[in-house]
Amino acid sequence: MEKIDIIESRAVLVPVDNIDTDQIIPARFLKTTEREGFGEKLFYDWRYDADGTPVRDNILSGQEGVILVAGNNFGCGSSREHAAWALHDAGYKAVVSSSFADIFRNNALNNCLLPVQVSEEYLAKVTETLGKAPDTVLKIDLGEQTISVPGAGEYRFEINGYKKECLMKGYSDIDYLLSDKESILRYENSRQEGGKR
Amino acid sequence: MGKTLFDKIWDAHIVKHIPDGPDVLYIDRHLIHEVTSPQAFSALRRKGLGVFRPDRTFATCDHNVPTLDQDKPIADEASRKAVEQLAANTAANGITYFPLGDPGNGIVHVVGPEQGIVLCGQTVVCGDSHTATHGAFGNIAFGIGTSEVEMVLATQCLLQSKPRQARITVDGTLAADVTPKDVILHVISRLGTDGCTGCFVEYAGEVFRNMSMEGRMTVCNMSIEMGAKGGMVAPDRTTFEYIRGRRFAPEGEKFQECMALWSSLKTDADAVFDKEYHFDASEIRPMVTYGTNPGMGVPVDGVIPDSAVGCDASTFSKALAYMGFHKGEPMAGKKVDYVFVGSCTNGRIEDFRAFARAVAGRRKADDVVVWLVPGSREVASRIESEGIGDALRAAGFQIRQPGCSACLAMNADKIPEGKYAVSTSNRNFEGRQGYGARTILAGPLVAAEAAVTGRIPSSVPAL
Repeated sequence: MEKIDIIESRAVLVPVDNIDTDQIIPARFLKTTEREGFGEKLFYDWRYDADGTPVRDNILSGQEGVILVAGNNFGCGSSREHAAWALHDAGYKAVVSSSFADIFRNNALNNCLLPVQVSEEYLAKVTETLGKAPDTVLKIDLGEQTISVPGAGEYRFEINGYKKECLMKGYSDIDYLLSDKESILRYENSRQEGGKR
Repeated sequence: MGKTLFDKIWDAHIVKHIPDGPDVLYIDRHLIHEVTSPQAFSALRRKGLGVFRPDRTFATCDHNVPTLDQDKPIADEASRKAVEQLAANTAANGITYFPLGDPGNGIVHVVGPEQGIVLCGQTVVCGDSHTATHGAFGNIAFGIGTSEVEMVLATQCLLQSKPRQARITVDGTLAADVTPKDVILHVISRLGTDGCTGCFVEYAGEVFRNMSMEGRMTVCNMSIEMGAKGGMVAPDRTTFEYIRGRRFAPEGEKFQECMALWSSLKTDADAVFDKEYHFDASEIRPMVTYGTNPGMGVPVDGVIPDSAVGCDASTFSKALAYMGFHKGEPMAGKKVDYVFVGSCTNGRIEDFRAFARAVAGRRKADDVVVWLVPGSREVASRIESEGIGDALRAAGFQIRQPGCSACLAMNADKIPEGKYAVSTSNRNFEGRQGYGARTILAGPLVAAEAAVTGRIPSSVPAL
């Protein structure tokens, strides 16, 4: 699996609160049973109108980078992991917001997409900075758990030790679970003895 | 310090704790459908893994299915392939599957409880955010992503950090024109669309104690719409009576033993929650939403406000522009083009009873398209056996076949661009019900008024 250590990039700024997973990837693109091709569908209805014509001057136009800076409560709504797949497939390595929906956060972490949760104040500063200077290069250091933005300063973000190690070393949850089937069998046996199902 | 109901169930399911990390949590029930499971099965195949406990997983197809002509092959090729893939994956792995047309088929969150698959005090997951529904039975139930579906299939476990906990207490008596949907829309309008992010909610108080299981499911279903990981109601006699006699539920002496165990599933009096919210039932009115998240709601006789909790000014303006609404306008009287009654939120028998009773001898408005979509085959057959189907057809309505339908418009049931739809579903997000569709969330009584008048009502008849 891929690893994350330091991410340095310009940012794509989308200062909208409550960006739900239906915005990130509309439901009609979830019919495929494959795992590929979601990057092209990212924010599709922002980028194309009803008949598939590109929307000129949409919120993403002219922006480039592998860090997405969004408003509060990013990734709310549907549990579709396709949202994390779409962001990852489109090249994003991190999303910065003042809060993430729980399911999206897990999906992101399981796909080597780093959710960087910062305070509302810091997010406001970053948003303002990027508004004035869109070429600003952000630096996210997972080891140090810091994000630094010239003009907005540095912020230390939280992530639990287990998840951090997974991301830095390229481990996945399923490998962890499979490595300790013994514990699972022991738990099942203890429950059967207790008469529960 | 006492334990919450949530603590008790969580603790009983910890396989092991990872220091400075999550818990390994055992999963009792895993529900799957055709949208979020295929990539998980493919990944298992690639890794040479099988399904660890196939008797704990149950499958139905719902998101991609048409709501007409279900006896014919699904016309949309991609949808048909997704459903066929589910049939193949479940057959290859010995998983119980309710295919289209099977008496057990329907929306995953309607079917789970209806078939007695979901009991009390369990951990229940599904690759769908509305898994929160099953908290109505006193379960830790939450939505997961496809990587997690793969983990549960392979190991029957998940790695989860224990969330914080909130309690929402609603005391008093609801007015006769107020439905469970109005209760949860009221709560979300006060707490905001991210008001409970990072929390698991327990619903407590007189209102939930007196609520039917269908009502509790409607409420718990929408917990996710305020960001909660899930929501639960402590199980009681109402819960046990609902479960008794259902297809996969324990029987006889076993059921008696279960009831004894389930009766102890309560929050201790001295337990402490991270957050506590109190609401007065008498303040709750029939609700509608006016914006593009479920927190943007007002009473039917209310006006569109200047702001919403958890929504900055520009996001708020963007939402109103999308809806074609303005601050200060009354919601009552607004023109409605479509009405959708259904979904895992309000697609149960009680919802169709309420809708039919509210229609009461009136006819469908000519200029409104109405989709009545039962949540399951069983709901559909009860609609017929109770005579609701005949009464509604005589009033100009058509009853369709079960599925998720216009809630997320993955099938042909799409609201056209710019049209207004009163929906008993759960999300009014931009484009959710079709490109450019404008959704107004409401309960079945408001939906009935909209269906017969073509307008948002200022009041609804009492049930």
